[in-house]
Amino acid sequence: METSRITGERIADYLNEGKRFDGRKPEEFRNIEIETGVSKWAEGSAKVKIGKTEVIVGVKMDVMEPYPDSADRGNLIVTAELLPLSSERFESGPPRFPAIEIGRLTDRAIRESKFIEMEKLCIKEGEKVWAVYIDIYSLNDDGNLIDAAEIGAFTALKTARMPKYDEETGKVVYGEFTDKKIPLQKEPPVTITAYKIGNAWVVDPTLEEEDVADTRVTIGATPDGIISSIQKGEALEIDIKEFEDVIDLTEKVRKKVFSSIEKALK
Amino acid sequence: MTAKEKTSKSKSEKFERPDGRKLEEIRPMKAKVGVVPNADGSAMFSFGDTVAIAAVYGPREMHPQHSQNPEKGTLRCNYSMLSFSVAERARPGPNRRSTEISKITEWALEPIVMIKKYPNMVVDVHINILQANASTRCAGINAAALALAHAGIPMKEMVSSVSIGKLDKTLVVDVIKEEEDWEEGEGATDIPITLTNSGKITHLQLDGKISSQELKEVLKLARKANKEIYEVQKKALKESVKLN
Repeated sequence: METSRITGERIADYLNEGKRFDGRKPEEFRNIEIETGVSKWAEGSAKVKIGKTEVIVGVKMDVMEPYPDSADRGNLIVTAELLPLSSERFESGPPRFPAIEIGRLTDRAIRESKFIEMEKLCIKEGEKVWAVYIDIYSLNDDGNLIDAAEIGAFTALKTARMPKYDEETGKVVYGEFTDKKIPLQKEPPVTITAYKIGNAWVVDPTLEEEDVADTRVTIGATPDGIISSIQKGEALEIDIKEFEDVIDLTEKVRKKVFSSIEKALK
Repeated sequence: MTAKEKTSKSKSEKFERPDGRKLEEIRPMKAKVGVVPNADGSAMFSFGDTVAIAAVYGPREMHPQHSQNPEKGTLRCNYSMLSFSVAERARPGPNRRSTEISKITEWALEPIVMIKKYPNMVVDVHINILQANASTRCAGINAAALALAHAGIPMKEMVSSVSIGKLDKTLVVDVIKEEEDWEEGEGATDIPITLTNSGKITHLQLDGKISSQELKEVLKLARKANKEIYEVQKKALKESVKLN
């Protein structure tokens, strides 16, 4: 069920006093829980829970031809599926825009930050390179799937082991793994999405809050503050000054979220 | 020891399963209800490495309206595997196999669900396979039956599903991938069966080669396994209503 206008007005009123329905501060995330290695056949996998929102992410690898514009680098393919199992709002069928956008946002955060060292995934230039598939599935949607998906993606990558590759046949031996890790940069990108509700900005919205937000900004950056992907979502315009505040807000939040992620991974 | 040696050995001595289980031994089972907070009912069911989750939404009004049935409600199942649930990445989205399993699952469940109570409505059952090592449709049906009960949909009884295999000449319960791909002797025959807990068949498929006498033996094994699975399902449902 969509959130009613009256509830939206109440959420905005509360936020004017810096309060949220669940008692959090506007810049406060819900509790983050991460479980890695949740799938036996995936090269890497992670289940991420943020409050009641839950996603499962798996990394699979294969060997294929490189794309013409990146003949000496590996391929990255990110997909997201909003499972009908995870919300009464999602239906089966070809992916609709929200699923496509989550896949694209995660793809760009990972790709543009150069988190995966793609040049090291080249086997033979122009002929054979590793392909990294990141597949994201929602298991329960209570808002902020965007950030949950991206956290799941980079933690699954971090825990992945490369599959066995048979040089003679030029094919991957499915189901057999090596001890080799995917070559990654030290600092992972973390996306933080800020949502504007009434006059206030919040992060990690619940589904109700997400429903009544007028605009949002997703910023992907490393914990030390190097930004490499941004998307402004939804139609409402934003003042330049306000946008600058959003950058500062997400940077502050990112540091905290990153330390919660590190704690959750221990 | 190769598979061939195992088979020849089985003729004189005991047949050995690839994972060392006894012939009638089901893999360790786990069941839990309430795994998807958004859903009206949900459950996880696993046979060893095969893990299924199911969520029920409804009964709710059927859309589009012309699909509504004024005589009885509709039970609609949707089975799908996550891309990384198998060793070779599966392409996301439906295919012929998943479409058939979805329908088979509907047929397996409908006899026990009092769907007549909900004219013009639909009960959606979504099943996702998180990790696969054969018998995924059986795990899916077991999870779905639990999710329906958890959702409080009126049911006449439970169903429990298991796959029986014939590997060369030996019958085994709860088939794994290595057994499904058995090539020695007469090869593998795979028989997934769903029974109500009073012992009626709501689903049976068979692929392979078997005599009618052996098939009767298969039904006996299925009935025995069915009772064991039912106990696991019952326990999970009881745990979900335990008062704090």
